[in-house]
Amino acid sequence: MNDWRHWRLAAGEGGNLELFLAVDDRSVNVLHSGVLDELEDVLEHLYTEAPPGVILGSDPERAFAMGADVTEFAELENREQALAMLRRGQKLFEDWANLECPTVAAIRGHCLGGGLELALACDYRIAESGPQVQIGLPEVRLGIHPGYGGSVRLPALVGDLKALRMMVTGKTVSGAEAMKLRLVDAVVPRRQLYAAAREMIRRRPAPQRPSWRDRLPHVPALRGAVTWAYVRGMRSAAPKEHFPAPYRLLEHWQALSEDSATALESEAQSVANLFESPQARQMTRIFLLRQELKSHAPNDKATSSVHVVGAGVMGGDIAVWCALNGLRVTLQDTDPKRIAPVIGRARRMLDRRPEDTQATLDRLIPDLEGRGAGSADLVIEAIPENLAAKQDLYRQLQSRMRSDALLATNTSSLPLERLAEVLDEPARLVGIHFFNPVSKMPLVEVIYHDSEQQPLINQAAGFVRHIRRVPLVVKSSPGFLVNRVLMPYLLEAVRLRDEGLSVATIDRTATAFGMPMGPLKLADMVGLDVCLAAGSVLAEAHGAEIPGTLAEMVEAGNLGRKTGRGFYHWKNGEAKRRHVGKPSRDCGDRLVLSMVREAVHCLHESLVERADWIDAGLILGTGFAPFTGGPLELVRRKGTDTVRRRLETLEKRYGPRFAPGPGWDSEQLRKTAP
Amino acid sequence: MQLSYGRTVYVVDGRRTPILKASGSPGPFSASDLAVACSRDLLLRHPQARENIQEVVWGCVMPSESEANISRIIGLRLGLGLDVPAHTVQRNCASGMQALDAAAYRIAQGTADLVLAGGVEAMSRAPVLFGLDAVAWLGGFRRARGRWARLRRLAKFRPRMLHPVSALKCGLTDPVVNLNMGQTAEELAYRFQISRRAMDAFALESHELAARAQDAGVFDGEITPLYDGLTGEVYTQDNGVRHDSSLEQLGRLRPAFDHPSGNVTAGNSAQISDGAAALLLASGEAVERHHLPVLGILHHISWAALDPALMGLGPVHAMRDLFDRTEVTVPEIDCFEINEAFAAQVLACLKAWQDETYMREVLDRDGCLVPIDKERLNPHGGAVAIGHPVGMTGARIVLHVLKQLQRMKGRFGVASLCIGGGQGGAALLEHVS
Repeated sequence: MNDWRHWRLAAGEGGNLELFLAVDDRSVNVLHSGVLDELEDVLEHLYTEAPPGVILGSDPERAFAMGADVTEFAELENREQALAMLRRGQKLFEDWANLECPTVAAIRGHCLGGGLELALACDYRIAESGPQVQIGLPEVRLGIHPGYGGSVRLPALVGDLKALRMMVTGKTVSGAEAMKLRLVDAVVPRRQLYAAAREMIRRRPAPQRPSWRDRLPHVPALRGAVTWAYVRGMRSAAPKEHFPAPYRLLEHWQALSEDSATALESEAQSVANLFESPQARQMTRIFLLRQELKSHAPNDKATSSVHVVGAGVMGGDIAVWCALNGLRVTLQDTDPKRIAPVIGRARRMLDRRPEDTQATLDRLIPDLEGRGAGSADLVIEAIPENLAAKQDLYRQLQSRMRSDALLATNTSSLPLERLAEVLDEPARLVGIHFFNPVSKMPLVEVIYHDSEQQPLINQAAGFVRHIRRVPLVVKSSPGFLVNRVLMPYLLEAVRLRDEGLSVATIDRTATAFGMPMGPLKLADMVGLDVCLAAGSVLAEAHGAEIPGTLAEMVEAGNLGRKTGRGFYHWKNGEAKRRHVGKPSRDCGDRLVLSMVREAVHCLHESLVERADWIDAGLILGTGFAPFTGGPLELVRRKGTDTVRRRLETLEKRYGPRFAPGPGWDSEQLRKTAP
Repeated sequence: MQLSYGRTVYVVDGRRTPILKASGSPGPFSASDLAVACSRDLLLRHPQARENIQEVVWGCVMPSESEANISRIIGLRLGLGLDVPAHTVQRNCASGMQALDAAAYRIAQGTADLVLAGGVEAMSRAPVLFGLDAVAWLGGFRRARGRWARLRRLAKFRPRMLHPVSALKCGLTDPVVNLNMGQTAEELAYRFQISRRAMDAFALESHELAARAQDAGVFDGEITPLYDGLTGEVYTQDNGVRHDSSLEQLGRLRPAFDHPSGNVTAGNSAQISDGAAALLLASGEAVERHHLPVLGILHHISWAALDPALMGLGPVHAMRDLFDRTEVTVPEIDCFEINEAFAAQVLACLKAWQDETYMREVLDRDGCLVPIDKERLNPHGGAVAIGHPVGMTGARIVLHVLKQLQRMKGRFGVASLCIGGGQGGAALLEHVS
C-alpha cells in the first residue's frame, strides 16, 4: 500500500498494522540513512492512521536488525555531521516510542545496536526461541557507545547495573537470557511470534519495570560508587587512553538526567565526541576490514567434512572448532591417549552451549587409522613441524584422498614449496594457518605458493568463512604474514632481557602500548622451542640474528608454560607475577618499531592483496593494539619520515636490524585512513 | 542346504565398543552414545555405505526413558539422513540377534538393500523405579486443587511408597515363573548335577581365554575405542576380564541368588555391563553397486522356546532346529559361540546336547548330535569374562564368529544364546573371502 523500498506495511488481525523491515540494497537488515529516511515517512503514516496496535518485525527470511550502517560511520567528516546523525535517529525512535497505540517488536535472529535501540522504543518485545537469537548493544567494540537512545532506555527497562554490564562489555545475550533480564517480555517459538505479539496488543499488560533492587544503583548518590567500581575493574585490561568508550559511557550515565530530552542530548554529545576520537575511527576501520576480508571469500558451504591429522593442541582445537560449526570431522592420531584430551577440551568448550554438546561430539570422530582421509572434502595436516614426516604423510594422503578434495597444512614455519615437492601435483597443497587458541583468534591465514592456485584458495577461504573465522590470503614466504611481523618483536624482547631489563618490565611496556599480552609471556605460552624453530626459519630467510639465550633455554628444557619454566615461572597454567621496574630508554620503540619495520617490508613484498589487510591481519591475528589501526596505520598517523628517522636512530644505537628496509617510499604509507 | 532367507544376506563388516563393567553407579555412556561410537567408526570404514543405508534396526532391552525407539535416535545422531527409517526390536537377551534377523528379512524380501543393525545396552544406567502406589499418589497430588485438597492428599503419603525398585533387577526376573535368571541357572545345575567347582573352573577358563585373546590382539579388529570427555579416559579393551583370577578366589565368593547354599555366584555368571555392536547387512546388489567388501553370509537364524524355568537350555533347542533345518552338520562348524549367561547354563547345554532322554522327551527328536569340540567353543572366552550387556550380546557373538572364521580361514560358524523368558536363538554364519 506504499512504495517504500525497505519497509512493508500489512494489515493484521484486529486492525493492527504489521510493519516488516527488509533492507532492499543489503543482504541483512542494517539501519542505514535510506532506511531511516523511509522510517520518517512510515511514522507519519502511522500517526495519521492511528491503528489499535503496531507490530514491528523483519522480513520472514531475515534477522530483525544488525544495527546501524558502520560504513556510514566511516564517512562522517566532522562532529557536526555525527551529532546531526545521532539527533535524527534519536528523534525518529522517540517519535516511535511516543506512538499512542501499543507497539511490539517481534525479534528474530540478531537484534543488535541500533536494531535493539529501535526495539527498546517499542512498548513490548518478543523474541523467538533458539540459539540464533542474539540481542545486545555491542557499540563499544567500535569505540563508541549506544547513541539512538539505548543508553537511556535500557537502564530504565532492565535496571542500571544490568544495562551497564551489557553496554560496557558489548556482550550479546540469547533470548532466554534476555527474558531473565526482563529485556524481552516473552520468548516463543518462531511459529508463535506474531500470534504472541497480537495477544500482547490485545491484553496490553503493564510494561516491564526493573525490581527495586535493580533500580537502587540509579540513585544519584550511589552512581559514583558504581562508576568507581567499574573503572577499577576495567583500567588494567582496557585503559582509558586506549578504549575511551566505556569510560565516556559511565560518565554519561553518572550524570544521567531524569528528563529524557536532556538525557538524550547528553548521549548524543557523548557519542559525537567519541566519533571524533582516533580510537573509534580505527576500530570502525578494522570492523569494516574484517567484513571486507570475509566478503572476499565465497559464501558457500561446499566443505561438509574435514579430516584433521594430528591431535596436538592446534590439530585438536581445529577439529573441535570445525565440529562445533557443523562439519563432520575425523581426527587422526595413532595414539588414543592424545585424542582423549581433545574430547575433554571440546566438552569444556561446550559447557556454555549444552544444547549443542551431543551433536558436536557426535560429529567429532576419533580416527586412529586415518580412514576419514579417503572421503573428506578437506584434509588439514597439523602434525609436528618436521619436513620429512610431513612429506611422508602427504605421499600417503595423495593416493588416498578424493581427487577433488583439498589438502591443507597448518604449518607455521615450513615453506609450502618444499612440503609440496613430494606431491604429483604440487599446486594441490595450500596453507590454512590457524592461531592459538583457535576459538579466540578470529584470523586464519590462507597461504598459496603457486599462481595457479586461485580456485583452491577460494575453496579454502570459503571453508574458513564457513567456520566463522576471518580468512586472509597470504603469499607463501617464511613466517607468512603474522608470525613474520611478530618474530622480530619477540626476539627484541629477548635482547632487552639480555641487556638486564626485567621480564615483567618488558611485558608491561608492550601492554602499555596496547598489546594484549607481553612478548615474553606470549613466547612462554607458544613454547620457546616453537619460537626458536620459527625464528630460525625467518633468520635463515632474512638474515636476522637470534639471541643465544633462546637456544640456551630450549637446551635446558625450559620451554615456557608447558614445562613450567620459561621467562616466567608457571603454575597451573598461570604465570607468577613479577616486579615491574622502570623501562630503559627506547624500550617501547624497540619493541613496536621492530614490528612496524617488518610490516613495511611485507608491504613491499606484496604478501597480501591490499595494504590495509596487513593491519587487519596483525590486529585479528595477534591482538595488535586495535585502536592504533595496525602497524601501517601507525606509520601513516605519525608520518613516514618521522618513523623512518626514528628507526635510523635506533639503527645507530642498536645495530643494523633496525635499518629501514625497502617499502618506505610506498604510496600506501602516505594515504591516510578515513 | 535349506535356508530361510529368499535373497542372500551379506554381512559387510561390523564394529563394537569395548564392554565396560558396571561399577555400581551409572556408566559414562548412554546406550545411544555407545551405539553411535561404534557405528560411526564402522561407517568411516565404509564411507560408500553411509549415504545408502535404507533402514536402521537395533535391539535393546531397556533403553533409557529418553531413548524411546533408540534406533531412530542412533540413525539421526549418525547423520544418516532424516529420510532413513528406523525401528527397535526386543527379544530380551537376544535383542541384538533379533535386530539382525529383522534386517535380514528386509534384505531377503527385497524391501531394503543396505541396513545398519546392531545391539546395545547400558545396564549400568538402568533406572530405579517407584511402585504404582507412589505413581498413583503423585498423580492424585497433581490433580488436587486447593490447599485443603492438597493437604489431605499429603496426609495419604506413606514412606513405603519411596521404596525404590531396580528396573534392572526386575528385568532380570521372570515374572511368570517368578525366578530370577540366576535361579534358573541354579535349577539347571541341580537337574544336570553341575558342581560349584565345575562352574568356577569354567569361569576361570573363560577369563584365561579372554585375557590371552586380549594380549594377542584378537579383539582389535572388532573394537572401537571409547573416549570419555569428562575424565579423559580411553577405553580400548573389555575391562571386566581378569588377568589374575584363580580357583581359590572364585571359590571364596558367596552364592548370589539362592542364599545361602546355592552355587551360582557373581564370579561364575555373566557380568552386568555396557556395550554396543553394529553390523552392516547388505544384499548382493548393494555389495556390487557400492563396491562393498563381504565378511560373510548370514544364512539363517532359528528361534525356539521352552520352559522359562529352564531358559538356559535355549541354545540346545535353537541349535537343534538350526541343524535340522539347514542340514549343516556339527563337524562342519569351525567356530561356536554359546553365550555364557552362566557357567552352569553353558555346561548344562553341553550335557543336554548329549542327553538322549532330554532329546527324546523334551525336544521330541531321536538321538543326540555330535559333541562340540572344546577348542571350537567360545575360543576367546565369553560373557563370564567380558560381560553381557543384554541387548548387545546377540550382535556381538555374530560379529565375533565371523571375525574368528576370517582369522582361522574357516567356513561355517554358529552363534547361539539363551533368552530370559524361556527361549533360544541360533544363527548360522558362513565366511566368504
